[in-house]
Amino acid sequence: MSDAIDNRPADGAEIGPVSPGGRTLINVRQGMFAARGDTSGYDGLTQFVYEPTPAQRPYGGWFDEVVDVLEELLGAKAEAAIESVIVDRGELTLHIAREHLVEVCQHLRDDQDLRFEFCLGVSGVHYPAHTGRELHAVYPIQSITHNRRIRLEVSVSEGDPHIPSITSVYPANNWHERETWDFFGIIFDGHPGLARIEMPDDWVGHPQRKDYPLGGIPIEYKGAEIPSPDQRRQYR
Amino acid sequence: MTTEHTAPQATAGLGDDDGTAPEFTVFGGDWSDVAEEATRLGEQRLVFNMGPQHPSTHGVLRIMLEVEGETVTECRAGIGYLHTGIEKNMEYRTWTQGVTFCTRMDYVAPMFNEAVFCMGAEKLLGITDEIPERANVLRVLMMELTRIGSHLVAIGTGGNEMGATTVMTTAFIGREETFKVIEAITGLRVNNAYIRPGGVAVDTPEGAVQMIREMIPKVRQRVDELALLQLENPIFKGRLQGVATLDLAACMALGITGPILRSAGVPYDLRKSEPYAGYETYDFAIPTSTDADAYSRVVLRLEECYESLKIVEQCADRLEQLEGAPVMVADKKIALPSQLSVGSDGQGNSFEHIRHIMSESMEALIHHFKLVTEGFPVPAGQAYAAVENPKGFLGVHVVSDGGTKPWRAHFRDPGFNNLQALSALTEGGQVADVVVAIATIDMVLGGVDR
Repeated sequence: MSDAIDNRPADGAEIGPVSPGGRTLINVRQGMFAARGDTSGYDGLTQFVYEPTPAQRPYGGWFDEVVDVLEELLGAKAEAAIESVIVDRGELTLHIAREHLVEVCQHLRDDQDLRFEFCLGVSGVHYPAHTGRELHAVYPIQSITHNRRIRLEVSVSEGDPHIPSITSVYPANNWHERETWDFFGIIFDGHPGLARIEMPDDWVGHPQRKDYPLGGIPIEYKGAEIPSPDQRRQYR
Repeated sequence: MTTEHTAPQATAGLGDDDGTAPEFTVFGGDWSDVAEEATRLGEQRLVFNMGPQHPSTHGVLRIMLEVEGETVTECRAGIGYLHTGIEKNMEYRTWTQGVTFCTRMDYVAPMFNEAVFCMGAEKLLGITDEIPERANVLRVLMMELTRIGSHLVAIGTGGNEMGATTVMTTAFIGREETFKVIEAITGLRVNNAYIRPGGVAVDTPEGAVQMIREMIPKVRQRVDELALLQLENPIFKGRLQGVATLDLAACMALGITGPILRSAGVPYDLRKSEPYAGYETYDFAIPTSTDADAYSRVVLRLEECYESLKIVEQCADRLEQLEGAPVMVADKKIALPSQLSVGSDGQGNSFEHIRHIMSESMEALIHHFKLVTEGFPVPAGQAYAAVENPKGFLGVHVVSDGGTKPWRAHFRDPGFNNLQALSALTEGGQVADVVVAIATIDMVLGGVDR
């Protein structure tokens, strides 16, 4: 955990997100109990929680082979396409620039040394603290041939939430992309029919964004009012 | 309407080769007039809804059908009627509480939801290798019993939808036997919240192994019965053979996993390809077929039930050997301290534990209180875990911000993905085959919509 959390010294300076090395700022945790390990207040009760630092070669195991082959296939575009490589908990994550996503997927699926046949959908994640890259689309990609799984991550801003659809390469992602549009408002350009899938067609808002309330109504019980779940005083 | 055809009549000899075997064809009434009118109008294209409350749709699934006569020309599935915001809710609960939410997704196979979520949490915590062996055996036992139950529901309701009620009752009797064991061990039939991050909630009660051993032949008998009842039945074969086919190329394009992919010839099963919870140490086979039709998938599900029973048998042996071994990680910062014991009312806290925290140790009380109310912090980062659910590849993407609650938990339910194949399975077939196609996908809308 120490690697992932930066404690900003309490120098009285204005607290703002800092992003060392372009790493994803998962959250800024503030206040007692939230800024873990610090209940004294001397550290300003603020923690900047980052994703792990990018990995350095060798990545270990077959990770090097996958990245090597992919870089070779992308050629001159490799540097722009693969923004960073993260190895954490035995899993390989490639941060991909959105304009190269479809090409990367095409190589991952078609090259015989990669052969990632299945895309296991797309999971949206909202990091409101990561200014300019608030919305992440996470694609777990599975190879049956080589029995491997990697993760592609594409991040965009809330103001420009466009990611090219990869349904041309992985048709199975059709509904998954609709779901991520529904819940996170990420627009998948080129999707054959990007309609809401879980929420009603006329729903306003994208419910799984962090600024969207959980909802619910306060409950009155024996004269006391119990607030709705997201309004309750709680540990974080 | 012609006068000589006012009532249905039968006539003999149509299509007879040698004229000896009696064969009948029915005509009469106003059928010929109806057919004539249809021919005159030229087109008989109807667009209608099947569902969301149709009993054969395994929950609330809406299917929009465009038919010409009896032939389905277009089919689209509309989902979302059972969306309950489970993933969003889990962001407001601790990792342990999250189990009680995700278990309600695919409510026919709840143990898999719990298992995959806990495996994701354990990966984030870095304790995957520290899960006690007995906990893993109990997880495997629960998952296999649930797999049998889920397959029996798939076969039973599939039969019921085609009009064979006996198939359903036989399947549910078999499933009931698995529930008896599950209930005796976990306290609940479904939505158990039994598998927790770090292990399982509670150890087996006395006599559990004996109970498992007695259950196995009872379930096997019902699976035998289902096989005997169905597999040679000409109506069953007529309804299922060559129906709802999906070849390998289509499976790969649509990301299909589970029995549908295995019926197309790929022996892909995460229990073999990426063993978890000690599956590499069990002896079992992955049945496959190359027929790629609804019939072969029923056969595969029945065969998988036998394989699962084999695993359950091995679990019983291991539980005997591991009697008294821990079922939760040793790390007291993760393992809930509450020692559950089955009381006369079914379940409750153990008296010793209550005495310890209430009258012996204030620190133990504080620890108990903090762990129950606040939960345990999970190091920041993301992880992916996957298990082989009865329906296919069940994955979970979990993200933690270092707090005591998931920042994000996203489930890749196989039913959600496989339901996309409904159009490919039904278009060009008969309306009645739509029901067969739904049964062969075997999705559960609770898992599809989450």
